[in-house]
Amino acid sequence: MMTPETLIASQEQSEKQKPNDQPKSVGKGVEGEAKPTKQAEKKDEQTPAASQAVPTRTDSFVFGIPQDGLSKKERQVPVDEPPPLPPNSDLTFIGKPTPRWDGPQKVSGRGKYTADVHLPGMLYARMIDASIPHGRVTSIDTSAAEKLPGVKAVHVIEHTLGIAELRDPKQELPSKYPVIRYAGQPIAGIAATSPQIAADAAALVKVIYDEMPFVVDRQAARAEDAPKVFPGPADAAGSAGGGGGPKGVQQVGNVHGPQQKKVGDVEKGYSEADAIVESEYFTQVQTHSALETHGFVVDWKPEEITVYASTQGTASVRDEFAEVFKVSKSQVRVITEYMGGGFGAKFGAGNEGVVAANLSRKANAPVKLMLDRRQEHISCNRPDSHQKLKIGAKKDGTLTAISLTSFGSAGVGTGAGTAGPATNLYKCPNLLTEEYDVFINAGPGAAFRAPGHPQGCFAFEQAIDEMAVKLDLDPLDFRDKIDESPARRVERSVIREKTNWKNRRPAGTDHGPVKRGMGIAQSVWYRFISMDSSCEVRVSKDGSVELMSSVQDLGTGTKTLLALIVAEEFGIPPSEVVIRIGDTRYPIGPNSGGSVTAGSITPAVRNAAWQAKQKLFAAAAPKLGVKAENLVLKGTKVVCKDDESKSFTVRQLAAKMPTSEISARETRRPEYAKERLTYGGVDYVELAVDTETGRVHVEKVFGAHDCGRPINPLGVISQINGGILQGISYALFEERIMDRNKGYMLNANLESYKILGAREVPEIHVELVENYIAMSSTDAAGIGESAGIITMAAAIGNAFFNATGVRMRKIPMTPANVLAALGKAGPEERA
Amino acid sequence: MSDTPKIEVSRRGFLKSAGLTAATSVLNTATALAHDAERAASSSGAVGPDAVPIKLHINGMDHAVTVEPRYTLAETLRDHLNLTGTKVVCDRGSCSACTIWVDGAPQLACMTLAVDSVGRKITTIEGLSHGEQLHPVQTAFIKHDAMQCGFCTPGMVMSCAALLKRNSSPSLADVKHAVSGNLCRCGTYPKVFEATLEAAKHGNLSARLLDLSPAKEG
Repeated sequence: MMTPETLIASQEQSEKQKPNDQPKSVGKGVEGEAKPTKQAEKKDEQTPAASQAVPTRTDSFVFGIPQDGLSKKERQVPVDEPPPLPPNSDLTFIGKPTPRWDGPQKVSGRGKYTADVHLPGMLYARMIDASIPHGRVTSIDTSAAEKLPGVKAVHVIEHTLGIAELRDPKQELPSKYPVIRYAGQPIAGIAATSPQIAADAAALVKVIYDEMPFVVDRQAARAEDAPKVFPGPADAAGSAGGGGGPKGVQQVGNVHGPQQKKVGDVEKGYSEADAIVESEYFTQVQTHSALETHGFVVDWKPEEITVYASTQGTASVRDEFAEVFKVSKSQVRVITEYMGGGFGAKFGAGNEGVVAANLSRKANAPVKLMLDRRQEHISCNRPDSHQKLKIGAKKDGTLTAISLTSFGSAGVGTGAGTAGPATNLYKCPNLLTEEYDVFINAGPGAAFRAPGHPQGCFAFEQAIDEMAVKLDLDPLDFRDKIDESPARRVERSVIREKTNWKNRRPAGTDHGPVKRGMGIAQSVWYRFISMDSSCEVRVSKDGSVELMSSVQDLGTGTKTLLALIVAEEFGIPPSEVVIRIGDTRYPIGPNSGGSVTAGSITPAVRNAAWQAKQKLFAAAAPKLGVKAENLVLKGTKVVCKDDESKSFTVRQLAAKMPTSEISARETRRPEYAKERLTYGGVDYVELAVDTETGRVHVEKVFGAHDCGRPINPLGVISQINGGILQGISYALFEERIMDRNKGYMLNANLESYKILGAREVPEIHVELVENYIAMSSTDAAGIGESAGIITMAAAIGNAFFNATGVRMRKIPMTPANVLAALGKAGPEERA
Repeated sequence: MSDTPKIEVSRRGFLKSAGLTAATSVLNTATALAHDAERAASSSGAVGPDAVPIKLHINGMDHAVTVEPRYTLAETLRDHLNLTGTKVVCDRGSCSACTIWVDGAPQLACMTLAVDSVGRKITTIEGLSHGEQLHPVQTAFIKHDAMQCGFCTPGMVMSCAALLKRNSSPSLADVKHAVSGNLCRCGTYPKVFEATLEAAKHGNLSARLLDLSPAKEG
C-alpha cells in the first residue's frame, strides 16, 4: 500500500489537493495522515524554491546513531538557516525529559476541551442517525420535535460526508435524502436549550425508510449475489487525515480493486527459494474509541464563524468549513485548545461539524454537538482484513519473493490495504501485492494510527518468524540479514542485550497448561513532512517569549515539544515559554496525522526562534556597547564572543529593545536532502498462554524505537507506552461485532467493546535510539505510528507460537479464538 | 436547560400544580404527572418531572442550582455549574472518567442523580487542589507524565487520591485495582502507576488528605 512514490513526502508534501487527486492514502496516521502530494499537482505550492533562489552555505551536521559512533554530514543549506544543533547530550533543554507544558491544567481539570466549552446562550444538539443498515429515506417528520418547548433548530443532512460516492451518480435514482448505507449514518440534528430536551426531541423525529437488502460481513459481501452496498463503482475521498483507497480501480459487486504493485517476478523468485511459507491471516475491525467523542461548538455569525473543534487539524476544519459553506477561509476561526484523543479519526468538518454549523446559523446561537459514545464507535474504524501471504527465501535467509493479496473492509469507505510492511520492511527483489476493498453496510473506515500497518505486520512479521523457524535461524539474526535499516539493527542489539531473548526455548517446549514464550516483531513508518507548517515567535520588551501556530496538541505533547525548541534558542526554561497553538488566527500549522507534526513544525519553530533572537541581538547590542554578531547564547546566558565576561540574560537584552516587541515568522523549508527515510522499532514480548482457559497474558514488553532526534524523551516514551498498550488491546480484546440479521453494531459501547484496562498492563521498558539524519534544523520526527501499535499483534503472535508451537493467524486472541487455534472447543473459523 | 429556574416551586406547590395539571389534562404528560403525584403522596421524597431548585455542597461550598430530577450529577456539574473538570466519556458507568468523591468515597457522577446528592459532600477534581497548591497525586502525575490527551486524567487522579486516602502505602496491585475501572485510550497506565506509588512514598499525605470540605449542615 505504501508505494515508493508516496515516500517522497518529505520534499513535496503540501496540503489540500483535491481529494480525487490524492495518491492512495497510506495509512497515515495516528493521527491520520501525512498526505504526500504528487509534484505535478501542486506546482504553485511546491517547495519554496530554495535551492535555486536562496543563497546557500555548506555546513556540517551531526549524523548517525550514537551506538554506532556519530559522524558528520555536509549539507548545503540556505544561508540564513540556524547553525547545526549538536547532539542532545550537548544541549541544555532539548533531549531532557520534560514534564508536560500543560500538565497543571490537565491534572486539575482546568484544561478546556471542546466538550467543555460553554458559551453564553449556547444550545445543545443531538445527532439523529439511521436505524436501518440500507435503504432510502422516504420521509422525515420533524414537526413533533420542533413543537417541543426548548427546541430551537432542526437540520436535515443533504449530503453525508465520509461515505464513498458513486462514480456515476445516475446509477441511483435521485432522492431528496441521502441513501442510507449503514445503521448509524447521520440523518439530522436538533438543537435545544438542554441536552435532555434535544434527546427528547430526537426521539420524536419520525423517519420512514424504504428498506433494501444489506450485508455486514466481509466474506459474504464478496459473493456474486451479495446485496450491493453501491449499485456501481464508488470511490471514497480521503480526509485530511487519510483514509480512502485507490480511485478509479475496477469494481465487481462490492469488491473494489485491486490496487496492484509489482516488482520483479515473484514466480521466478519462488523458483529460486529453498523455503516457502504461505498462509492466511484474519484481523478484525477496531474502533478508535477516543475518550472525547467527535464534536464541535459552532458560533455562526455573519462576519465570522467561530468553531471549537475536537480535531487533529484546525487547518483541515477551517478548509472544509470554507468549502462546504462557500465562505472564505479568513471567515472561519477554528480553536482546539485541548483535545481528548483522535488516533486518526478527527479531521475536517465532518457531518457533526456541518450539522452544528447549520443549527447555529438557523438558531442564531452557539451550538454544541458532541457525538455520543455509540455514535463514536460507529463513525470510524480501522478496517478488517483477510490476507493471503507467501514468502520465499534462500537457505542463507535472503528473501527471493513476497506476494500478498488482501481483502479488507472499510465499511462504506475504502482504504483497507495492508501491504505497507510487506513492501517496505525488507529488501526483496520480487514483490507482488494486490489490495482489495470490500464494501459492506457498516460505518466508514478512517485513518487509525499507522493505517494498514498493524494488520499487515500481523501477517508479515509472523510469516518472517515462520521462515526463520523453517530455515533454523534466530529471528533476530534473520532480520540482520534482510533488514537494511541501521536504526533497527541497533534496536535489535538492544533487545538482544537487555531482554531474556537468549534464554528463549524452542517453540512449544514449555510444559504444563500455562505456557510461556517470547517473540519479537518490527515496524516501519515513513518520514512525512507537511510544508504547511508556519509559526511566529514573539519577544516582548519584558523578556517574555511566545510561540504561535494553529498546530494542535492531541495529547502527543506538541506544546511541550515546541516549548523545548524555543527554550533552547533563548536559554529560558520551557515552562516560561508561552505556547499559543490550536487557533487558526495564528500562522497555519500542519494537520496532525501520520506522525507528521514534530518533523514538520519544529524546524519552522526553531528557525523563527533563531531569527527572533538575531533581531533581538541586533536591537539590543548597540545599547549594550557590543556588536550583535559577537553575541551568542551559551546555555542560559547570552555572552560576548570576544569578551566572555560580558554576559546577559534574554530579559536584560529585551529591556533594551527600541520597540515593544520583536517577532519572526517562519514556514517549513524543504528538507536538506532528498532522501527517503523511514523509522521503525523492534518490540519484544513475553507472555503466558493458559491452554485450558485460552487466556493470553502479556507479561513483559521491551520496545526499542527511533524517531530521529528525540526532543522530549518523557513524552516520546509515553506515546510508545500508549502504542504498545493499544497494540495489545487490538491483539487480544477489541472487536466490532455486527449483527448479521439486523445490520447494526452490537457492542457500540465501552463495556462490551473491550479495550485494555489497568489490570492488563504488562511490565514495559522502552529504549529510545537517537538517530541524527541531518535533514532539518531540528531532525525531530513523530513517533505516534511506529510506537508499538504496528508490531504488537505480530510480536504477540510470535511469542504465542514460541509458547505453544501453534500459530495464531486470527485476532483478537480471545479465549474462544485461542482454544479454537489450539484444537480445543471454539467457534468455527470465520471468514 | 438554563440555570434560571422556570418557576420557583416548593415541593407542596409543585405537587399542587402537578395535580391541577393532571386534573385538567392539558398535557400528554398528565398521566405521568398524576402517577408522580400519587407516588409523592405515599413517599415524601418524590420530585419532578419539572425542574426543582436544590442546593449542592461541592468542594466546600454550597451551590444553588435548578435541575430536573433526571439530570445526572455529571451533567449538573458540567452544564450548570461550569465544573467541567469532571469528564463524561461513556455516560453509563463503564469508564470512570467522571469519578468524583461523595462523602469522601469515589463515585461515578454519570450514574448519580443530582437530586440524590443533596446533603452529601461532593468533591470534584477542581476541589482537590487549592489554587496553585496541587494534591501530591497531581504533582506526581505531572512529574511522571501520567497523562497524554488528559481526558481520563481527572477521573484517574480522583481514583488514585482516594486510594491513598484509604491506603497510604499501596502496592502496584493496589494501584491497578484502584484504577481498574478507569479507561485510558492513550495507554498512559504505566505512568499512572509510577506516579501514584511515588505520591504515596513522598507525598506529605497526612497533611494534605484531611477532609477538604468540612461538612456544614449539608
